Amino acid sequence: MKETGFEMKDVKEYTILVPNMAFNQFTLIQAALLSEGYHVELLSTASAEVAQMGLQYVHNDTCYPAVLIIGQFIEALRSGRYDPDSTALAITQSGGGCRASNYIKLLRKALDQAGFHQIPVLSFNFSGLEKDMSLKLTPKLIGKLVAAVEYGDLIDGLYHECKAYEINEGDARNKTVEWLDQVSSWLLEEKNFHIHDMKKMFPAIVKDFTRVPIKRTEKLKVGIVGEIYVKFSPIGNRDLVHFLEQQDCEVRLPGLMGYIEYCIANMKLDSDFYGMKPMLGKICDQILSIVDGLGTTASDALKSEGFHGESSFREIMEKPEGILSLGVKMGEGWLLTAEMIELIESGFTNIVCAQPFGCLPNHIAGKGVIRRIREKYPQANITAVDYDPSSTKVNQENRIRLMLAVGKENLQK
Amino acid sequence: MRAGLDIGSTTIKGVVLDDDGQIIWSSYERHYSHILEKTEEMLRQISKAAGEQPLILGFSGSAGMGIAEHAGVPFVQEVYAERVSAVKLNPETDCIIELGGEDAKILFLSGGMEVRMNGSCAGGTGAFIDQMASLLKMKPDEMDEAAQKAERQYTIASRCGVFAKTDVQPLINQGADHKDIAASIYQAVVNQTITGLAQGRTITGNILYLGGPLTFSKALRDRFDETLGVKGICPDHSLYYVAIGAALYCDQQIDIAIVLEKMNSYESVGYASLPPLFRNRDEYWQFHNRHAKAAVTRIPFDASVKRIHIGIDSGSTTIKIAVIDDDGNLLSDDYRSNDGNPVPIVRSFLMELYEKHPEVIIGSVTCTGYGEELMRHAFNCDYGLVETVAHFTAASHFMPDVDFIIDIGGQDMKCFRIEDGVISDLFLNEACSSGCGSFLQTFASALGYDTQDFARLGLFAEKPVDLGSRCTVFMNSSVKQAQKDGASIEAISAGLAVSVVKNALYKVIRCANVEQLGRNIVVQGGTFYNEAVLRAFEKEMGVEVIRPDIAGLMGAYGAALYGSRKASKEHVSSLISYDDLVQFHHSTSQITCQGCGNHCQLTVNTFASRHKMISGNRCEKPITGHQVEPSLNLYAYKQKKLLGYSQIHVPSKVKIGIPLVLNMYELLPFWHTFFTVLGFDVVVSPLSNQQIYAMGTSTIPSDTACFPAKLTHGHIAWLQKQDVDHIFYPCMSYNVDEGLGDNHYNCPIVAYYPENIRDNMDGMNESYFLEPFLDLSDREKLMSHLCDYMKEHFPYLHRSRIMHAVNLAYQEYENYMQDVRCQADRIIHEARRQGKHIIVLAGRPYHVDPLINHGIDTMITKYHAAVITEDSISWKMKKMETSVLNQWSYHARLYAAARYCTTQMDMDLIQLVSFGCGLDAITADETSSILHAGNKLYTQIKIDEITNPGAVNIRIRSLFAAVQERKESHERNRF
Repeated sequence: MKETGFEMKDVKEYTILVPNMAFNQFTLIQAALLSEGYHVELLSTASAEVAQMGLQYVHNDTCYPAVLIIGQFIEALRSGRYDPDSTALAITQSGGGCRASNYIKLLRKALDQAGFHQIPVLSFNFSGLEKDMSLKLTPKLIGKLVAAVEYGDLIDGLYHECKAYEINEGDARNKTVEWLDQVSSWLLEEKNFHIHDMKKMFPAIVKDFTRVPIKRTEKLKVGIVGEIYVKFSPIGNRDLVHFLEQQDCEVRLPGLMGYIEYCIANMKLDSDFYGMKPMLGKICDQILSIVDGLGTTASDALKSEGFHGESSFREIMEKPEGILSLGVKMGEGWLLTAEMIELIESGFTNIVCAQPFGCLPNHIAGKGVIRRIREKYPQANITAVDYDPSSTKVNQENRIRLMLAVGKENLQK
Repeated sequence: MRAGLDIGSTTIKGVVLDDDGQIIWSSYERHYSHILEKTEEMLRQISKAAGEQPLILGFSGSAGMGIAEHAGVPFVQEVYAERVSAVKLNPETDCIIELGGEDAKILFLSGGMEVRMNGSCAGGTGAFIDQMASLLKMKPDEMDEAAQKAERQYTIASRCGVFAKTDVQPLINQGADHKDIAASIYQAVVNQTITGLAQGRTITGNILYLGGPLTFSKALRDRFDETLGVKGICPDHSLYYVAIGAALYCDQQIDIAIVLEKMNSYESVGYASLPPLFRNRDEYWQFHNRHAKAAVTRIPFDASVKRIHIGIDSGSTTIKIAVIDDDGNLLSDDYRSNDGNPVPIVRSFLMELYEKHPEVIIGSVTCTGYGEELMRHAFNCDYGLVETVAHFTAASHFMPDVDFIIDIGGQDMKCFRIEDGVISDLFLNEACSSGCGSFLQTFASALGYDTQDFARLGLFAEKPVDLGSRCTVFMNSSVKQAQKDGASIEAISAGLAVSVVKNALYKVIRCANVEQLGRNIVVQGGTFYNEAVLRAFEKEMGVEVIRPDIAGLMGAYGAALYGSRKASKEHVSSLISYDDLVQFHHSTSQITCQGCGNHCQLTVNTFASRHKMISGNRCEKPITGHQVEPSLNLYAYKQKKLLGYSQIHVPSKVKIGIPLVLNMYELLPFWHTFFTVLGFDVVVSPLSNQQIYAMGTSTIPSDTACFPAKLTHGHIAWLQKQDVDHIFYPCMSYNVDEGLGDNHYNCPIVAYYPENIRDNMDGMNESYFLEPFLDLSDREKLMSHLCDYMKEHFPYLHRSRIMHAVNLAYQEYENYMQDVRCQADRIIHEARRQGKHIIVLAGRPYHVDPLINHGIDTMITKYHAAVITEDSISWKMKKMETSVLNQWSYHARLYAAARYCTTQMDMDLIQLVSFGCGLDAITADETSSILHAGNKLYTQIKIDEITNPGAVNIRIRSLFAAVQERKESHERNRF
């Protein structure tokens, strides 16, 4: 492997490319990073070429998200849109026993093979991996990122709920764009990202969304859960959200913050289960309390205006009880099970569980728990859909349509 | 009046119902992918049948979605439609099993409605049966009839069609009875349906069989009945349930004339396309003429020829024969389908040769290919050689400095890299990726074309379809989608050719650019006669290659060349005489070997000379009567050692069951000791076998998990039958820490499989199924956790006793590991003393299970090599740099073992990879680069529920051939 000649101190001279996993949340994350001087660009390229490019450099049996992300990066670098001497790539790394922790290494390998030895690969992570190549997470940056994700989740949830019932087509999207712009400029101006600001702004945002004229009718409520990338990313799930919207469903994606909280919670759980690093466990516990407090505020704001608000993270952690142990912490682990139950309990009994073909953790925490969940919640109507470079849309949509047909029948009962 | 149309993947079905719900008209037709035309035609018929009356119309079926949307006809999902019909027509039904052209469905109607469809991997069932029938050269109804007379069953992979095909082909080649194969194929369909779809629910009560395959095949229904222990019925109109459902469910009156009009304007949305293969005819002719130059010298086979050499390549579906003179000139050749039995074909060829050329001296006869052994025994040929070497020999005749050879045949694909005159890298298509000649053939005939015509169509397609690169099953649906999107047959033909190439390049060889292959490439195998494939290859790689004019004959030609070099000038072949050929007779019989747990299906070939030849065996036992001395096989040693623990029982009131699965294959010494010391009687499940596997298949929630994981269900079910008081099977995020990696995780499956067991098997309550979360890498913490846990379940135990047991358990685990390491050292020492090569058969601890490793260990020792494991040598290395994240304990051992291998002259590594192991996608690349960096060959064997011993043999033999060649060239260089 050749040296990239990159030094972390020069990072702000670089254009940093980041895959756009979840549109609303990542728009704000971009703003948060820009405000700290990182020139971040989001990659949303979606073409057949992206997957094909990925397949050239990544083993076919590797998970689909790795194929897509790496394909997207290489496609971007080849396009001539970016100067290879001042471009860096960045991805998040959750760490843990899932093979996804390997993305960064696979990306490095692919870049070297594709002749982009000089392109540095940066990591966002909390687990101490890739120490030399990690973006420095200052308390201020962390604060902004948390704000970006919290605001993003709130706006995303409001969008989906308004979208389903809007009277004038396009209103929900317009309102969403308006708020994304607003919050982005706050972040750029370093405003309203402190906890007390957010607690004030959440109700204001929710209030403003009530100005989108809606008419609540009886609709099929469909939740999407799954492997984090495939769940959120339209290129990962073949624009599942759009498909469901076309089928006249109300769509709900449990927020991105839940996943981050899950990662933090796992550090604490490791200390509970195996007695590892008890101090770290305590710190994580405190962080969780703070973040969860924010979530609860957002949720209360939503509920007070008649929108749907999620349970607090503490409550969510209790959901898998009797079905899956909180010790299952690889991939989306117990969170996946918890989110399914949370959705069911809040009326979203129809669920698409989306994962890359051959996703190991989901054999356990996704497909493995469906039987038990159905025992406990007979109304649950869950379909597991696998995504990979050559599975066809027809096949996937057909399965989802089946789930929808059953859901419609349940609705009529 | 109501009408329904079911537009499926291969057929289209229509019904018209009168106001009482009686069927007054129905039709069932194959659409050969002319979906739009057939739909229109059927609508016109419906319109006629309905007369002037107002009509309620609905569409259903996987291919009907887009059309319905466009034509403004209500659409209902097909499984759901089926349910609507069943509820009306057969209200007492508990469960529906429906097989369609490409999908399988189970609907549970009573006791909590649930509907299941096969996942994207499980592939086609109807199409699969059709494929198998054509492989057996039978019509579907003949196959059904044959299967009803079956006497025995073979195990055929029940995962996906492509796998099954690789199982069926060797059976045909070995001469197994077609009626038995037919029945086994139906059984595979049954197993696939149950494993994939039951997911923990028992199929019982009143069963309804629907869909084409179940309607047409009694044998298939019988297989289901027997397997499920039920008596299902196949009702009248069983083909039309979806169509009837569509008619009943929808409630919109439709004017067919308007629908037809709308369909007329059906503009396809377009599809992803690739640049054309040729820009114009000129370009084509240039290309064509360039390739015409790579021709072998042919001379007439007349009286001037004094001495000849014969090469026979007995492949999986074809037989190829080449006759050459002493100078390598081609005199005669033959290339034809083996019709399932190559022996009579070769016999008549040889007889003809003797008759036409009574004077000629046969210098040598050399055999290669799957049927090599059979040919050698049948005709007493001189030499046999592994087909990779045969192909290499032939390729270097056309291009002496060849770097890379790609051979795509009917069933298999072999690609190899040549370095310093030796095969340095071998890629075979794993059982999951098809993409070979027969793949194109299958599509051609499915679309109603002859293979060659079909290939020609693609040459000048303007917009070839971009179909990606995956196995046939996926390809089926991609083709379907492309057609729906308006792709022409030409575009599909070209697209398929490109996909074959992409499959070879990116899936089998896994190359990123042409530099990795080298500049001098020879492509061969029958598939490259297809100019569309050849062109696609050159375009994809941006390089001009050599395609010999005898591309399909290269194995045979290479074998003949090999023989001509090997035989001395005076050598006369040992081939049987003309008289013997006249007298020749050959019969086969099948037996199941009872020698060991593998229970190989043996084919016994008896020849006129009373000479017998046994095939299908994994070890020498059925031939020589005794196993190859197991003392140089660490797999055998480990097995025996682990079974030793199962024998130890202590008198106790409480029985603890431990499943011998996944990580328990390593931790059994630990847990067995732990519980025995505490005074429990430990019952260990035995080594896996098919019966044990079958006991748990209906509770597997995810059919794409790896086979070792799926086996767990059977072991637990076995333990439940032993009246144990508890089953102990802990979850472990972390593995033992041997300091070889950055972390010491287990893979998610090993770590959490107990959770899957708890959630998907009955009777797993908290007090019975003990599955604590434990971490063995920290003794103090483990001790305190275990004390708490054990006291909760067994309050009478004292903490001090528990702690004592933990200490002894650690001690025993250490002893066990130490013993394995010592044994490895003994084996290495002894192998060196005897001058034997040493193979590190590297996998995971559970690969010791004979049902998982398919006896590959003994297949290796058969070639006079010693076998050791990765964990027996990994300790000799220190932690090292890897280019992937090295955070799983088992993988860290693998990398260390690979590195150690590179330091030992007489040691090579073969990696066992279980299908569906997502992590091995990563480890395979890394292991390969470690070995290559150390100038060693990388060999991988992919294993699943079933493996094809033929392919495994090629790998093993090619490795040994290359090792031998390297050794010889090394010695040549020394002097």
